[in-house]
Amino acid sequence: MSETDTSAPLLEAKNVVVEFPMKGFRKAPFRVLHGVSLDIHPGETVGLVGESGSGKTTIGRAILGLVEPAAGTITFDGQDITRLHRKERRKLSDSIQVVFQDPYTSLNPTMTVGDILSEPLLVKADLKGSARTRIRELLDQVGLPSGAVDKFPREFSGGQRQRVAIARALALSPRLVVCDEPVSALDLSTQARVLDLFIEIQERTGVAYLFVSHDLSVVRHISHRVAVMYKGNIVEYGDGDQVTSEPVHPYTQKLLMSAPVANPVRQRERRIERHTMLAASSKEGHN
Amino acid sequence: MTEATTALTNAPLPVAPGRVSITRAVLRNPLGLSALIILTLIILISVVAPFFAPHSPTEVKIDKILAMPSSDYPLGGDGAGRDVFSRLIWAGQNTLLGALIAVSISLVLGSVAGLVAGYFGKVFDTTFSWAANILMALPAMIVLLALYQTLGGSVYSTMAVFGVMLSPGFFRLVRNQVIAVKNELYVDAARVSGLSDARIISRHILRVVRSPIIIQTAIIGGIAIIIQSGLEFLGLGDPATPTWGGMLQDAFSNIYINPAGILWPGLIIAATVASLVLLGNAIRDELGGPRASAARPRAKPRHGHAHARTQGTEALNPGSGNGPLLRVRDLHVGYGSIENPLTVVRGVSFDVTAGEIVGIVGESGSGKTQTAFSILGLLPRGGRVLSGSIKFRGRDITFAPGNEMQKIRGRDLSYIPQEPMSNLDPSFTIGHQLVEPMQAVFKISKAEARKRSLVLLARVGIADPERTFRSYPHEISGGMAQRVLIAGAVSCGPKLLIADEPTTALDVTVQAEVLDLLRDLQREMGMGIVLVTHNFGVVADLCDRVVVMQNGRVVETNDAETLFSAPSDPYTQALLAATLDDSPPRPPLAVTAAGTSKGKL
Repeated sequence: MSETDTSAPLLEAKNVVVEFPMKGFRKAPFRVLHGVSLDIHPGETVGLVGESGSGKTTIGRAILGLVEPAAGTITFDGQDITRLHRKERRKLSDSIQVVFQDPYTSLNPTMTVGDILSEPLLVKADLKGSARTRIRELLDQVGLPSGAVDKFPREFSGGQRQRVAIARALALSPRLVVCDEPVSALDLSTQARVLDLFIEIQERTGVAYLFVSHDLSVVRHISHRVAVMYKGNIVEYGDGDQVTSEPVHPYTQKLLMSAPVANPVRQRERRIERHTMLAASSKEGHN
Repeated sequence: MTEATTALTNAPLPVAPGRVSITRAVLRNPLGLSALIILTLIILISVVAPFFAPHSPTEVKIDKILAMPSSDYPLGGDGAGRDVFSRLIWAGQNTLLGALIAVSISLVLGSVAGLVAGYFGKVFDTTFSWAANILMALPAMIVLLALYQTLGGSVYSTMAVFGVMLSPGFFRLVRNQVIAVKNELYVDAARVSGLSDARIISRHILRVVRSPIIIQTAIIGGIAIIIQSGLEFLGLGDPATPTWGGMLQDAFSNIYINPAGILWPGLIIAATVASLVLLGNAIRDELGGPRASAARPRAKPRHGHAHARTQGTEALNPGSGNGPLLRVRDLHVGYGSIENPLTVVRGVSFDVTAGEIVGIVGESGSGKTQTAFSILGLLPRGGRVLSGSIKFRGRDITFAPGNEMQKIRGRDLSYIPQEPMSNLDPSFTIGHQLVEPMQAVFKISKAEARKRSLVLLARVGIADPERTFRSYPHEISGGMAQRVLIAGAVSCGPKLLIADEPTTALDVTVQAEVLDLLRDLQREMGMGIVLVTHNFGVVADLCDRVVVMQNGRVVETNDAETLFSAPSDPYTQALLAATLDDSPPRPPLAVTAAGTSKGKL
């Protein structure tokens, strides 16, 4: 185990290809990922930004073992986890966890918060006895009162539900959490608080995040490094500041220019800049 | 960011009723409760028949043949001189047992097969679905009649076969439910948590399919009793064993001598079956709630907020000739009962002058969309304007009747929705959906409307208008669909356009294009726009003036530049501070600071 070796990546994806079968006899499968490579170090946040259909969610699901890659390898802590059997995969549950986008459908509406949080603990025999204490600890960590245990998800607001989902992901002290658009369903102010919670937990526990989002400013806020996805490929991958402030790839530039700034004066400038950029690129296209 | 966001209210934990068990839910429902009482009575009396029935079911008294009710025979005698009352009770045992056999077999067979087929899919699904389809294609009554003799003339074995024939009902129900639940995110989360398939099925899947199974059981139970009685009425079954169907047959053959005799077995069959169906309905009604409330709850306003200010709206519009294009004053919108409505908009006032873009911005539950809908006269069911006034072009439209609003909408007042796709009818072409309203509004020919539509489609930036005109909604992208809706909204040259989160469902690059389009169209046509949004970037890009809403109230109205550079209300300040535009990017992870050990949380 290379737990103390920070130079080696915790997770490494190499040339991952994912295809979905198409409906119809002998139709060629639809290729969602065209050989994506990615590495995440312990304690690091790698932001994955892209628009709908770019394949950003699929790479997260491949890492979680929810879809099987057609080619390429994914290694976690030196172990090849590309195509694991259910049994071996289940052993990984205390290392890799997930927070989904929609806090309304990622929590079973018929279960209490206590039931939801005890679920991952049930799998580990040694944790069964101390489950109640652990649940209280988890609720405390995500800023929910311990009275939440007996309540149902529907009794909580979106932000509070997402906190429950985060607590569930943290239950087994994982080393990597795949966060799939965890704040995009939340209000602006809630979003800011939940992002701060993510950062605070990371600084305290050294967990690594793969942070998938369509919002460049969210990714910029939380990520050490940022990867930009476009049509199943990573088109740019580098330090967060560089990618989100001075992007090199034309698509990243377009993405950055398209996001409106909450300031009328600066937004006007950005708009003009964007129009100039688009005009220039369409001219190039014609030549 | 943290300091600023503390200004935002932290919602307290809600207090709501906890788990509602199925039993308690049904007991609360008067219909369910009475059905349950009747069923329990019938079952109990049948079970204790040997102690309860005054006579043996086979005891014959010659003088009581088709006798009228007496103290000895409370419901009279049947064609063979036996006590109808006692026989009804004894027959309950046999009839209910037959139904129980049929229900149990179909329940176990159908549910297990449905679970396996739905959860594991593939070969299981193909095989079981095929078998279910075959069973459903067989005419049950004929099969049962044919099998009756082969099976040795026993009603019970016939009912067992009937159970198998009923099992596709459970199979299809459970299979479809399981497939729906299997793809829920919480099942994915359970998988990532390392739960085994057996545990996922018992913890997540069974919970969801449980109540539909109970409802189906009640209804299948009723069907089983009817079919069984039907078979016995046709003369199948042992004439020595009392059954409700057999009693019906006996009474029917003597109907001219004693017409009332048919009443008792008929009544008990009807009461039992009706109770079963009503019980099923009651369970469905009571359990309908939690499933629905799993969805996003409607935002409720929180009480006790101090800053209700509508500042500067009067001052900002000093006598602009004929007055503003739109004038909203002290608008209150509520839902629910007349005496005690749930108020979602409380005293909103603002103006829109001609050619002005006004943004209404706020978080979910702020009442911004409700305000927009009340201007359009399109509040969802149950919602209405409680007080206040809405004046459009000098005319009070607050309580204008539907047909009058219809004349205003689509001419002077237009609307762009949030979800472009769900606002296009999937069964009509884009062209049809553009042409039809144009013909209605302008009274022009189809060809003329078509010509105008193509010009509009080209104007909103659609590359191949002819092709899009012929396309169905599913053949175009979300961005294209929004352009089509914008084309439709501006087709009549409106004076005021209400756009409800018009770019929220779109990708950011498409959003930028749609915002450009809206800006250009507004300049060309000089219309006023009310833009409802939660995104301050969109506001900054487009709006001249901004109304900030919180909990149904306006907390600040300001021109865009002042709002962003010097917001006056603490809530606006906090919201602006929560935007991440100016937050510094996170620096690269220093190797030394990296989490070198797996910290215990």
